[in-house]
Amino acid sequence: MAGPTIDALGQFSLTTGLGSLGRAVNFTNSNEAMLGAAAVIVAVFALGLKSKALVPGRAQSLVEMLYEFVRNMCVDTIGEEGLRFFPLVFTIFSFILLGNLLGLFPYFFAFTSHIAVTLTLALFVFVFSTGVGFYTHGFKFLKFFVPSGVPTWLLPLLVPIEIISYLSRPVSLSVRLFANMTAGHVMWEVFAGFMLLLTASFGVLGAFASVVPLSLNVALAALELLVAGLQAYVFAILTCLYLHDAVHMH
Amino acid sequence: MRRISTALLLALAPSAALAEGTMPQMDFANPLTLDQVGWMAVILVVLYLLLSRWGLPEIGKVLEHRAGVISKDLATARAAKLEADQAVAQLNATIAQARGAAQAEVAKAVAEAKADAAAKAAALAGQLEAKLAESEARIEAARAAALAAIKPVAAEAASSILLKLTGSQPAEDKLAQRLDEALAARKAA
Repeated sequence: MAGPTIDALGQFSLTTGLGSLGRAVNFTNSNEAMLGAAAVIVAVFALGLKSKALVPGRAQSLVEMLYEFVRNMCVDTIGEEGLRFFPLVFTIFSFILLGNLLGLFPYFFAFTSHIAVTLTLALFVFVFSTGVGFYTHGFKFLKFFVPSGVPTWLLPLLVPIEIISYLSRPVSLSVRLFANMTAGHVMWEVFAGFMLLLTASFGVLGAFASVVPLSLNVALAALELLVAGLQAYVFAILTCLYLHDAVHMH
Repeated sequence: MRRISTALLLALAPSAALAEGTMPQMDFANPLTLDQVGWMAVILVVLYLLLSRWGLPEIGKVLEHRAGVISKDLATARAAKLEADQAVAQLNATIAQARGAAQAEVAKAVAEAKADAAAKAAALAGQLEAKLAESEARIEAARAAALAAIKPVAAEAASSILLKLTGSQPAEDKLAQRLDEALAARKAA
């Protein structure tokens, strides 16, 4: 049977973007999406800051809400010291959020569905927060792996567990985002491809039957919108939590 | 929900991957897989610099300015309220003072009127008292006159009655004495 096949993973394949110039420097289609996300963020800021009104308009309200949301997240999770990391957390949060949201549009590339991307972000957060820990506490930061109030004979068992759980942070952080985004996009593609298969196999009857996968995809769209926001939030709040551990050690 | 999505991925991805060969995300032989990370670093650094040097501080300034304006307005409003309260208190004090003064004035007028009325009443009472005394004196005089007039009439009547009864004239002095006694007895009764 020579018909359409479901190519669920083709949407993730990398090509070069920005024409021949991009090809020369290996600027990929995922980087195009990143550039788009960054451009949207900067454009929203530019729009929101156009009037700097005392009573904000729509664009300004949006930017102010984002600002206060992330700022409160930093202060509530890390404490007052968290304001130092606020620009960093905001950059990561807005970048992932826009990457997730733009990735939901047809023909857009969801760069957060690439493990290389999410692992790099997660490793950066891991290395950065560990660096903050050693910068703030010096070698005393190693005490972080020694839980307080535990009998000494248990320590040889607990310290390795603490270290392993600490080292697994970037893995869980990156895989969570990557898996959520990939799963959503794969399901979308599978159901959409299924519609083509049905129509190709059963003609008009199949086209009518395609309403089922279509409605599933509509429901999935709502779910994916939630996931896009939620996963960006989870990534940001875990970044804050790791920074809190680094600053306060508990 | 993460668990559900992950489970779905695990269920779907392997079958799809088997059909296609391999996931593009895991294709580390493709140089683009790692090259995108380098470009991401460039884009993120630029975005970070733009946000931390321009975007976020500007929004922060806007919010700070708003908070400042609001607190200033609140302070102004509070001061105005304080002023209004003071004015009201002052007004109330003035009203109370005026009311006190008016009441004192009224009380004074009432007292004056009372004193005046009392004086007039006293004068009138004096006049009436005098008239009464005068009238009593007149009555007394009339009475005395009447009593004085009754004695010769009684003496004449008694002598004529005695003359008719006894046929003899009574002694003038004895009759007069008995008459005086009888009149005095009546007066006493």
